[in-house]
Amino acid sequence: MANSNSDSEHRTTTGDLTTEVVVVGGGLAGLSLACALGTAGVPTLCVDRESPEQQAADGFDLRTTALAHCAKQVLAGAGVWTYLAKDAQPINDIRVVDQGSLLHVHYDHRTIGDEPFGYVLDNAVIRAGLFQRVAELAAVTHLAPAAVHSIERDPAGVRVTLADGRRLQAKLVVGADGRGSLVRQSAGIGMPRRSYNQTALICNIGHEFPHHGLAVESFTPNGPFAVLPLTGNRSSIVWSERSDRAKLYAKLPDDLFVAEIQRRVGEFLGKIHLASGRAAYPLSIMLADRMIDHRMALIGETIHAIHPIAGQGLNLSLRDVAALAEVVVDQYRVGLDVGTVDVLERYQRWRRFDTLTLAGVCDSLVHLFSNDLPPLRIARQLGLGAVNQMPTLKSFFMRHAMGTTGQLPRLIAGTPL
Amino acid sequence: MYPYSSPRSDASLPKARPLHRFLQGPTTTMTASSDVSTAAPSTVDDAEVARFSAIAAEWWDPAGKFRPLHRFNPLRIAYIRDALARRFNRDPLAPQPLAGLRLVDIGCGGGLLAEPLARLGADVVGVDAAERNIKVASVHAAETGVTVDYRNTTAEALVVAGEQFDAVISLEVLEHVADVPLFITCCTDLVKPDGLLFFATMNRTAKAYVTAILGAEYLLRWLPRGTHDWKKFLKPSEVAEELRRNGAIVRDLTGVVYNPLDGSFRIDPRDVQVNYLLFAEKVA
Repeated sequence: MANSNSDSEHRTTTGDLTTEVVVVGGGLAGLSLACALGTAGVPTLCVDRESPEQQAADGFDLRTTALAHCAKQVLAGAGVWTYLAKDAQPINDIRVVDQGSLLHVHYDHRTIGDEPFGYVLDNAVIRAGLFQRVAELAAVTHLAPAAVHSIERDPAGVRVTLADGRRLQAKLVVGADGRGSLVRQSAGIGMPRRSYNQTALICNIGHEFPHHGLAVESFTPNGPFAVLPLTGNRSSIVWSERSDRAKLYAKLPDDLFVAEIQRRVGEFLGKIHLASGRAAYPLSIMLADRMIDHRMALIGETIHAIHPIAGQGLNLSLRDVAALAEVVVDQYRVGLDVGTVDVLERYQRWRRFDTLTLAGVCDSLVHLFSNDLPPLRIARQLGLGAVNQMPTLKSFFMRHAMGTTGQLPRLIAGTPL
Repeated sequence: MYPYSSPRSDASLPKARPLHRFLQGPTTTMTASSDVSTAAPSTVDDAEVARFSAIAAEWWDPAGKFRPLHRFNPLRIAYIRDALARRFNRDPLAPQPLAGLRLVDIGCGGGLLAEPLARLGADVVGVDAAERNIKVASVHAAETGVTVDYRNTTAEALVVAGEQFDAVISLEVLEHVADVPLFITCCTDLVKPDGLLFFATMNRTAKAYVTAILGAEYLLRWLPRGTHDWKKFLKPSEVAEELRRNGAIVRDLTGVVYNPLDGSFRIDPRDVQVNYLLFAEKVA
């Protein structure tokens, strides 16, 4: 248990813990929400299956995350960014390449301002920063390891019973327990899944030459291949490959695997070597039918799991966090019930459009680029070439990638919650 | 305009109907509510508690009959919170910004204002002349575990009892009061020197007639016909004059404006034509 104190909870005569919000799931989305709510003083309990020690163990999560500017703002507003800044590698340039052709788009952040496009961090770094922040917030209690046994919702509130028999009372339960969310299933909300028949092969590499903050995304017929800069002379590899071929690559010994990566990265980083373990994740798109139910809100991968093609997964989740935190905090600060249907509908209305457009865009990108049909190939070459020639369109895409279009929650706009 | 403070609305309260559909079925085991029905078995009639609980559920349903009220309730709570925080040097966004302040809500109805103010830290006395409103409000507060001192009494009786408050709040009541000067005198008497008074009521304008009577009572049917009598509406200047006579100066006046297109409300200081909200400070 990270911390437990009197501001975030008190006990009823029956021994139940009472709070305002119970967040089920202590992943990046769930803990970020707890930090955002806690920063505004909203009593919050986060129920997490794994203890921080288990999660710190090497290999729990090898992935890296590209945080767009908007996502960084959310973490800054939640008081987490101070713990991450020193380990965050800014992305200064993005190069998008269609493999086998000479056409590419080059995005330079200096054309739209001083801020980098985003930052790349090891998930383990983000997780450690979230634990540090949670520990210093009096309004947040992190219950870990703890598993949810049942969730009962009625007009007056929510009661969550844990596997060890403890009971929590709250006004709102938030599902942040990933794509297989039990919270979502308990409300009977469906989440149709479509497989891309692609698998992402993930690892970190060390290299001879500095990357100068350059991110490269190459589109190949078998799937996108991304090289994202990490701090030091390190980069993160996200290699999406047709699943049957990925299975074979995953079985290669390290030296042959590195040789395959070297062949795809090219020479600009010099000689490369493996700097972490290797992992493989099958890719699919999943979108939940709804984001809310009575006294329940869902965030992050419980409602959307998208292709990593544009590096938007966690960014989308942090936009959920910003919107939900805002509607809950506004309601809490006028002394009203934070779990009522009008609050939840405001959250869903705010998030639905953004989620659907982004998921749709990423989905079409996958189909457009993971394809070798000549008409599509010509179309995308023309498209990339055209985007490069049109500064306004390019700037719009860059702003969208940074997440700074549309009506913004305060956390994203950089104003205090 | 809003029935929770209107004595006449008592007769028109709807029968209970199911609040929500819950996937796990209805549970009635929340500890707060079971505490109520077991705490004083000798004086509380269980059937009566259940009846008031059903009425409270209806009043407190943000998607239900009182939806318009729920949509503007956050605005007026924020208005009161911010004015009190400024007056008493608090951070309005901190938890419990009203801690230690003693407030009275006159015409509290089902407690839609008294309860959130108590959750913001204030010691709240909720007063209503209708006994049934006090029962509904008490049952709800017990269910949600909020402490509000609800009393079936009147402003005049509180004055006689010598009660004093940091602020007196009386929203959507003035237009129903028989003797406005006497009522405002009572309210001012209840406030400590330098304390605040909050009032919300309807302006006596043609626009208010069209909106509040033709619109809300006849067209939208938010309220039973006859809830409001246009001749009893008060111009802000009339309220300000009564307050001044009693030693209180109006510090702010703002309109609460309804947008029929999306059903939302907003605070608009430039439009006090229909529904307005003001606060005054007792200076002597």
